[in-house]
Amino acid sequence: MNPLVPMIASTVVAATPLIYAALGETVVERSGVLNLGIEGMMLIGAVSGFAATYATGSDAVGFLAAAAAGVALSLVFGFLTLNLQTNQVATGLALTLFGIGLSAFVGYNYAGLPVNRLPAITIPGLTAIPVIGDLLFHYDIMVYLSIALYLGVLWFLTKSRMGLTLRAIGESPGVAHAIGKPVLTTRYLAVMFGGATAGIAGAYLSLVQTPMWVEGMSAGKGWIALALVVFGTWKPTRVVIGAYLFGGVTQFQLFAQGFGLPIPTEFLSMLPYAATVVVLVIICRDPKTILLNQPASLGHSFHSAA
Amino acid sequence: MLRLERRATPSSVMGFVSPVLAALGMLITGFLLFRALGKDPVEAFYLFFIKPLSTTYGIGELFLKTTPLLLCGLGLALGFRANVWNIGAEGQLTMGAIAGGGVALWFGESDSSFAMPLMLLAGVLGGMAWAAIPAFLRTRFNTNEILVTLMLVYIAQLLLSWLVHGPWRDPQGQNYPQSQGFGDAETMSVLINGTRVTWGIIYALGLAVVAWIFSQKTFAGFRMQVAGLAPAAAAYAGFSEKRNIWIALMLCGATAGLAGICEVAGPIGRLQQQISPGYGFAAIIVAWIGRLHPIGVVFGALLMSLLYLGGESAQMGMGLPSAITGLFQGLLLFYLLAADLFITFRLKRVPRAESIPVKPPAPVESAA
Repeated sequence: MNPLVPMIASTVVAATPLIYAALGETVVERSGVLNLGIEGMMLIGAVSGFAATYATGSDAVGFLAAAAAGVALSLVFGFLTLNLQTNQVATGLALTLFGIGLSAFVGYNYAGLPVNRLPAITIPGLTAIPVIGDLLFHYDIMVYLSIALYLGVLWFLTKSRMGLTLRAIGESPGVAHAIGKPVLTTRYLAVMFGGATAGIAGAYLSLVQTPMWVEGMSAGKGWIALALVVFGTWKPTRVVIGAYLFGGVTQFQLFAQGFGLPIPTEFLSMLPYAATVVVLVIICRDPKTILLNQPASLGHSFHSAA
Repeated sequence: MLRLERRATPSSVMGFVSPVLAALGMLITGFLLFRALGKDPVEAFYLFFIKPLSTTYGIGELFLKTTPLLLCGLGLALGFRANVWNIGAEGQLTMGAIAGGGVALWFGESDSSFAMPLMLLAGVLGGMAWAAIPAFLRTRFNTNEILVTLMLVYIAQLLLSWLVHGPWRDPQGQNYPQSQGFGDAETMSVLINGTRVTWGIIYALGLAVVAWIFSQKTFAGFRMQVAGLAPAAAAYAGFSEKRNIWIALMLCGATAGLAGICEVAGPIGRLQQQISPGYGFAAIIVAWIGRLHPIGVVFGALLMSLLYLGGESAQMGMGLPSAITGLFQGLLLFYLLAADLFITFRLKRVPRAESIPVKPPAPVESAA
C-alpha cells in the first residue's frame, strides 16, 4: 500500500478534534466573547465521554455526555462573564485550571481502563475503491460529522439571519442592543455551542485517538485550537484548513520515524507548539490583518444599563 | 427584589473581603464535595488544612512550597497589573531550572563558592531568556503573549525531558530519566534544621518587598499600573507600551527562573523530568487572590501552598486523588472572580413593582 495513505488518514484523525474545538470557538469569538477555557472543557469532555461509554458501551452516549459536560462548564463561564461581567481572560484561565483539576479528580478511577475505539464506518462500494476508498471513505462517523459541522457553521455565519445578528453583536453589542437584538441570549447560546464542540473534541481524544483516559491528555490542543481561530482570521474555512495543516504537523513524528530521521522524539513533539508560535507571528505580523478580521468587541464585557 | 447597581467608585473594602469570601466559598464547596464522596467532612478538613501544619516539618514544607509560588506570583502580578498576560511562568521556571541546573552539573562535585551564585544567576537569566521570546514577538510582531507563553511551556518541558533522557542523564542512574545529584556546594543549605525549607524563601520574601517598592514607589511601576488601568491615558502620557511589556515579562522571567533553580538546587537536588506540580499555573491564582499586590501575593502563596500540602495529606490519609488540589485551586479562582463583582457593583433592594403607589394612568391612547 502507498505509505502516504495511512499518513494522510492519521492526519485527518489528528485534525478532527482541533476542527470541533476551533469551529466552536470561532462562533464564540464572532459573538464577541473570548473563552480561553477550551482546554478545560476538552478535558472534562474527554473524561465524561470516556466514563459514559465505559458505563454504557455506547459511543453515541459518550459523545452526548461529553457535549453535555462541555455545555455545563461553559454555562459557568457564561454566568461569570455575561451576567457577572468578570474579566473574560481571567475567567477563561480559571475554567481551564478548574477543568484540569476536575477532570483529573473525576477520572482518577478511570485511568488505564480500556474502551473499544470508535470503529470506522464502511460504505458499501465506496470503501472498496483502492486508495480513494482508504483516503476518503474509511473514517469513523465523527470525522464526517466534523465536515458537516464545518458546512453548518459556514452557512450559519455567512448566510443565515441569526448568524448576521451574532456577528453584529460581536462587532458592536451596544448598537445591536439598541436595535433590539438579544445580546445576552445570543452570547449565551454561542458560549454553549463552543462548550458542546469542545466537549466533543475532548471525547474524540479519549474514545478515538487514544481510546483511554489519561490525566491531562489534551496536552495543549485546546490552546492550539485557540491559535487556529486567529490563524484562520475568524473564518471557518481557513480554520478548518489550518486544523488539517496542524494535524499534518503532529503526524510529522510518524513520518520522521518511518524514514529513520535521527531526530529525538522530544524535538519532534515540540513541532506543533513551535508551529503554533510561528503561524501566530505570521498572521499577527501585520496589525491590519487582525484589525480587519477580529470581532471588534472581542473580550469586552457588555452591561446594558436598562 | 435585589438588583445589581454600579458603585460610584470601586469599593476598596471589597478588594480585601472578596478573597476571604472566595476562600469560604471554596471551603463550603469542599465540605459538600467530601460529603458527596461519602467521606467524613470534618476528618477531611482536618487532614487537609490542620494536620499538614501540626509539625515543624510540616510548617517547613509550607514555606518550601510557598517559595516557587511566591516567586512566580510576584512576577505574574507585576505583569497582570500592566495588562501583560504571561501565563507561561511554568515554562520560565523550567528554563531557569535547566540553565541553573546545567551550571550545577558543570561544577560537578566542585566545592567552589562561586557555584551557587552562578547557578542562581544562570537560573534568573534562563527564565528571562525564555520570557524574552514572547516579549520580542509581542513588541515586534504584535503576537498575543497568552498563546506564545503557553506554547513555550510545552517546549521547555520537552527540552528538559530530552536533556534528562539524553545528554544529561546520570550514567549510574539505572536508566532513570534524571541527572546526577548536585554536589554539596551546588545544593542550597537548609534554613531550619529538621525541615527541607531552604534560603529560597528568604530570597522570595525579600523580593516581595522589592516588588512592593517597585510597584508603589517607582516611576516605572507607576507607568505599568497606568498602562493596565487606563491604556489610553498611558498612551496619551507618552508611556511606552513596548517598554512596559518588556519590563513585565523580564521581571516575571527572572522571578520564575529563580523559582526553578531554587527547586532543583533545593528539595529536588538534581534535574529530573518533572520538577514542578504546576507551580507556574497555580501562581496565576496566587497573583489574583493576592490582588496583584506584592504583599497580598505572599498570603496568596501561603494559601496555595497549603492547598498543595492538604492535597498530599488527603491523598495519604483518605486515598483521595491528589488532583483534588487542582480542583480546589480552580474553585478558588472562580469564587474570587465572582466575589470581585462586588468591588464595582453592589446589590440594591428594589421595591416590588406592586408595592409602589402608582397613580392610575391617564386614559390616553398610546401609540406603542
